[in-house]
Amino acid sequence: MHAATLPQPAARPDHPVLDLRDIEQVYGEGDTAVHALRGVSLTVQRGDYVAVMGPSGSGKSTLMNLLGCLDVPTAGRYLLDGVDVAGLRESALSLVRNRKIGFVFQSFNLIPRMDAAANVELPMVYAGVARRARRERVDAALAMVGLADRAGHRPNELSGGQQQRVAVARALVTSPALVLADEPTGNLDSVSTDDVLTVFDQLSAAGRTIVVITHEDEVAARAKRVVRMRDGLVASDVRSVRVGDLPPALLRQQAAR
Amino acid sequence: MSVWEVLRSALRGITANWLRSVLTLLGVLIGVAAVITLTAVGQGSANSITESISSLGANTLTVTSSSANGRGSTTTSQDLTLDVVDALADPDASDDIAAVVPEVSSSATVSAGEASATSTVLGTTTDYFAVTGSDVAQGTAFSQSDYDASRRVAVIGADLADTLFGSEDAVGQSITIGTTPFTVTGVLQTQDTVGGASTNSAVIAPLTRVQDSFTGYGGVSTIVLQATGADTVDGAQADATVVLDALLGTDSSGTASYTISDQAELLETQAETADTFTTLLAAVAGISLLVGGIGVTNIMLVTVTERTREIGIRKALGATRWAVLGQFLAEATALSLLGGLLGVAVALVACSFDISGVDPVVVPSTVGLALAVSVGIGVFFGGFPAHRAAGLRPVLALRHE
Repeated sequence: MHAATLPQPAARPDHPVLDLRDIEQVYGEGDTAVHALRGVSLTVQRGDYVAVMGPSGSGKSTLMNLLGCLDVPTAGRYLLDGVDVAGLRESALSLVRNRKIGFVFQSFNLIPRMDAAANVELPMVYAGVARRARRERVDAALAMVGLADRAGHRPNELSGGQQQRVAVARALVTSPALVLADEPTGNLDSVSTDDVLTVFDQLSAAGRTIVVITHEDEVAARAKRVVRMRDGLVASDVRSVRVGDLPPALLRQQAAR
Repeated sequence: MSVWEVLRSALRGITANWLRSVLTLLGVLIGVAAVITLTAVGQGSANSITESISSLGANTLTVTSSSANGRGSTTTSQDLTLDVVDALADPDASDDIAAVVPEVSSSATVSAGEASATSTVLGTTTDYFAVTGSDVAQGTAFSQSDYDASRRVAVIGADLADTLFGSEDAVGQSITIGTTPFTVTGVLQTQDTVGGASTNSAVIAPLTRVQDSFTGYGGVSTIVLQATGADTVDGAQADATVVLDALLGTDSSGTASYTISDQAELLETQAETADTFTTLLAAVAGISLLVGGIGVTNIMLVTVTERTREIGIRKALGATRWAVLGQFLAEATALSLLGGLLGVAVALVACSFDISGVDPVVVPSTVGLALAVSVGIGVFFGGFPAHRAAGLRPVLALRHE
């Protein structure tokens, strides 16, 4: 955790990063109860790049909240990096979110009063990383998304694509087991979309585990595996590239060369 | 997340909206400053009353005739004669009475040249000045020989001297009281008027002369007794009662025809009144402090609502309940502590000036109390919004627009 550069995910015991078993999520009670998830089972191995797709109401946002430990399932087991999350108390969930997950949101969710560097630094503040180490890792993370020269800019001084790349840097900086992106390109133009997806490709190539929730085929096409949701269930699960390979876009580039 | 980090983020929260923070701070500042200043003013006036009690000499008693008081316009009493004075002054009558000073008083027009004024003419003995603590500022008091010869000499109050002679030296000047010419031998020190009647515009002349010229040879208006010490006042009062009862007796209904009053008691009553006043002022100021505290709560509630999304982001990034609680609590506390400290500073500056004629005396305990209350308000009233913020579910907080 305290390494100066962005460490690669270390070789760890061979459990999956995500292991969902018969997850159910019900909102409300009695007649008004809404079954958002009706028994979802899903396993994501280390280094995979998964796109979760589905129409509105298919339960993909609910799944996203569960995966990110922002909500707890009504029933079922959820192992995140080998840790059973379902039984955890709120303070433990905070710790899990902090250590295991890096979030990228559709609406960037940067804190407007703080400059890019401070935003990227924030998860490490909560993790209790020493200040000097934080500075170095912030610089490394911003360099990785190509925004080293924008460290002192506030979100409102950055374009949408730049803001989202800051958010990606923030998601990376604690070297989490899982990078979880919810419609990361939903608010971006095509050029910015490509910038962000390129960063994801690089992350995947570097061995990171990425789950992207999206409804855009363009985004899904960059993933190694596409999971389609319908009515609270997994409707299809299609793999295009092996877990250990480069993401499809980079594979094509390699082949073209 | 270290305490230092919490403080840093609190500071960032406060500086994020300067105007709002300053206005909130102002509420607490005014509350704290009001509590300290108003209590200091109350304390100052209470102190000045206490001072005049001690300058009056706590060991004096005043004997007045009840019948004289009853008839109002009569300024002398047939009961309190010079024989009574002599009886009280008799060393055999009491060991506790140190001095006996008879007073007769009359109202007369005093003039010098063009200027004139209506004032009280007080006839008394030479002991008067020492017993009542009336110091002669310029010139001298009249002497025993002036008294014995009933000379037309007088000591006048400072205000009267000013009215009659302005900036001129009054000593040695001639004044006319009624139709009788007098020579001014001295001018009294200006007296505090807190004690009630003052001699600032009175004329003090030998008793013999005032009787000759104005009141006649009946009784005296009042007799001032001085006890040998503060602890013998009660003894002196008892002895005087024995003497007076023997000489004057009681009337048909059984009530004494005289009253012995302790002047210090009168002033103590006034001091109590001043205390009540101080309490009242403090209560008003306390309310303003409370209002300031509600201002802090209000702002913290607004801030929490406004920053719900930010709280959601922070929680998603791994902020624990404590970190969020700590941040908002630190913000509220820092706001009210800063307001409190500035309030103390303002109050200390304000108290270095005279406020409506009172020299305020800062009570150290109110400084501590006001500061503690303001911080307490920050923690308590800031705690509620902070608790709300910390308890928010990240999903809901993130969805907040």
